[in-house]
Amino acid sequence: MTVHNIYIFDRYGTLLYYYEWNRLKQSGITREEEAKLMYGMLFSIKSFVNKISPLDTKDGFLCYKTSKYSLHFFETPSSIKFVLTTDVGAQNVRQFLQQIYSQIYVEYAVKNPVWQNNKPIKSELFKSKLDAFVKQSPIFVSKAN
Amino acid sequence: MVIYGVYIVSKSGGLIFNYECNVPKIETEKTFGYPLDLKLNYENKKIVVEFGQRDGVMVGHVLTAVNGIPATGRQLDDGRDVFDIINERENYPLSLKFARLRMTTNEKIFLASMFYPLFAIASQLSPEPRCSGIEVLEADTFKLQCFQTLTGVKFMVVAEPTQAGLDILLRRIYELYSDFALKNPFYSLEMPIRCELFDSNLQNLLEHVEKTGISNV
Repeated sequence: MTVHNIYIFDRYGTLLYYYEWNRLKQSGITREEEAKLMYGMLFSIKSFVNKISPLDTKDGFLCYKTSKYSLHFFETPSSIKFVLTTDVGAQNVRQFLQQIYSQIYVEYAVKNPVWQNNKPIKSELFKSKLDAFVKQSPIFVSKAN
Repeated sequence: MVIYGVYIVSKSGGLIFNYECNVPKIETEKTFGYPLDLKLNYENKKIVVEFGQRDGVMVGHVLTAVNGIPATGRQLDDGRDVFDIINERENYPLSLKFARLRMTTNEKIFLASMFYPLFAIASQLSPEPRCSGIEVLEADTFKLQCFQTLTGVKFMVVAEPTQAGLDILLRRIYELYSDFALKNPFYSLEMPIRCELFDSNLQNLLEHVEKTGISNV
């Protein structure tokens, strides 16, 4: 089990935060363009899901899996989007994303006095707390171990 | 065991077959007082709820009847305009019926071709090398399983979120496709599948799956 990377987007599609743990392949484009591509894909998947769904959706899109990784999506009521890619076997990632939101994002990004809305998070404290939080979770078992 | 639909997309991204079953009808009829606490909007020749969902009337639902008189677009069957009625105070209380519309064929074609780029981007954004496209897409109301053959044809099944073993079903559908569509002398590649035998066999397969489960196919 492993965690590959995390993207946090705000409601306008700005990449607030990116961090990677075990990423073996880069997409071959700049980080900015990759973020735009990712946001665009999520935006389309969301509308795809709403249209193809046979019933009324509430949370809508949750995750997708490919042969090598799975992507988990969590959106807060204020449209902050948390995107975490893990290996295919990871369990309860949605709950984990919810915890990242309430225990890390709110505590160390939003409550930071110099935090600005819709601006990338530069706080070192946020970075280290998030890193520690992901590393102690059962989803994260580094391939090196 | 509920399967909502089967889609087959050709290698160039066009929808060549779709089968829909078990899609529940979602309708709510409610009596409203003045002023109407829903924001309705007229788009694509339909009156759609835009804001203010409550009591089963959800954003995205379409107005289908006013006081029991069916509405087509913004016109009632007796010729009156829906918005004229809604804006007049003396017409209240008003009983409005809303429904979640089923997808039209055009929308299905549109969605099928929309899946193609999503599939490709998912593999481009992969953090691991040599990754396939989307295999399973999960949402709170359904699960979509996709199987891409070596020749690039995509088979997709939309089912209940808890449904397991959809990959086996997809492989069975692929078998049916090769047996009854590809071996049909009148079938040309990349064209919509109109083969009676394929239709009937697929229907049998899905009925069988619904009754006895996927493990028996």
